[in-house]
Amino acid sequence: MLAKRIIPCLDVKDGKVVKGVQFRNHEIMGDIVPLAQRYAQEGADELVFYDITASSDQRVVDKSWVSRVAEVIDIPFCVAGGIKTLEDANRTLQHGADKVSINSPALADPSLVTRLADKFGVQCIVVGIDSYFDVKTGQYHVKQFTGDEARTLTTQWQTLDWVKEVQERGAGEIVLNVMNQDGVRQGYDLEQLSLVRSAANVPLIASGGAGTMQHFADAFKISDVDGALAASVFHKSIIDIQELKQFLRQQEVAIRL
Amino acid sequence: MNLIIDTGCANLSSVKFALERLGAKVIVSADKQQILSADKVFLPGVGTASEAMNNLRQRGLIEVVKAVESPLLGICLGMQMLCEYSIEGGAKVAEKPVPCLGLIPGTVAPLTPQVSQRLPHMGWNQVKASAGNPLFKGIEEQHYFYFVHSYALAVGESTIAECDYGQHFSAAVNYKNFYGVQFHPERSGQAGAKLLQNFLDL
Repeated sequence: MLAKRIIPCLDVKDGKVVKGVQFRNHEIMGDIVPLAQRYAQEGADELVFYDITASSDQRVVDKSWVSRVAEVIDIPFCVAGGIKTLEDANRTLQHGADKVSINSPALADPSLVTRLADKFGVQCIVVGIDSYFDVKTGQYHVKQFTGDEARTLTTQWQTLDWVKEVQERGAGEIVLNVMNQDGVRQGYDLEQLSLVRSAANVPLIASGGAGTMQHFADAFKISDVDGALAASVFHKSIIDIQELKQFLRQQEVAIRL
Repeated sequence: MNLIIDTGCANLSSVKFALERLGAKVIVSADKQQILSADKVFLPGVGTASEAMNNLRQRGLIEVVKAVESPLLGICLGMQMLCEYSIEGGAKVAEKPVPCLGLIPGTVAPLTPQVSQRLPHMGWNQVKASAGNPLFKGIEEQHYFYFVHSYALAVGESTIAECDYGQHFSAAVNYKNFYGVQFHPERSGQAGAKLLQNFLDL
């Protein structure tokens, strides 16, 4: 049976792993390679690296660390941040990344998703979506350039419409970052995840809000997501990956131990 | 000498790194003589079957791969390329089947998952190997391997391991000196490393 995935996310800034609260106030958590290695050994099913400043600073993510990670890691990993062209994606994959994730550049030019899927296959094209719940309108909106608060835009896209659009264009996986929940450890936004789940027929990864082991179980059991991504609970050793996996298995979630 | 065929497809390096972690020496090459004289040959691949076959053709490697007499391991798309045809053509199903290498019987077709299952089939799934094939020696039953694909080869005479995702499909095949795995051993933790070591030991 296909196992649900536990995915530590490492936000990368200037070659270091950082973590902010609600996308701001980044504090340095450590070097990339030893942290990646630690998670792989602890039983992570996959890793995601986001260069959180790349898109907003108009620069391409520095790829040298991708090779360094690929040399030591024997689980899959995805690289996000600043991938704007086929050449950017190609270089990242050549360095040993298994998947590339695009976010702001897809919003700027949705045809990028199609071109990437045609060139590399849908299986390695992930689309990250930063979704924000607007209390006034009661709607979920997609945000762009979330790496830099001053440049963050609310796009014309409502989240569900964008999910359908990128899927139609060849996204092989969707990571839904719920911005209201990010870094505050109050649980994943199950309502929104369930909504997106019903619209998505590609794998869906929950992101933003994990604080307890039960939050993971809820995302899998209530919203039926394929993977759950989290950062601070793992970086700060609030949750141990092995313990989490044992817990989920006891709750009858399909898990690779 | 171990050799990874330089198909121009992305992701050659992760296979190379995995072999180097095992202490194996490996070169990446598109040179005909080197490919034909290698002790073990790897044919990795990510991307689409049509793109990957085009790359092989442009490099004049189609007949070279067919002529390999040493054990050859196709990984993921590399396994699919060993088959007769694939109907993968990018984001959409190809209009007509893409002719592949024809070294393993069968046509690669889209997976047809059940309603609650997503495509691509992405993540760690259990593999049931048939007894006795040296590729899975020492790997426990129903071990997890990492998959990421939307197309697969149905179970057939060359199948040496199966996986179940809405339907049973070939997780690994072997016909003569040609081996293929649909999953990514280079990304499948210790079990993947064991499988690669088993292949090196053939």
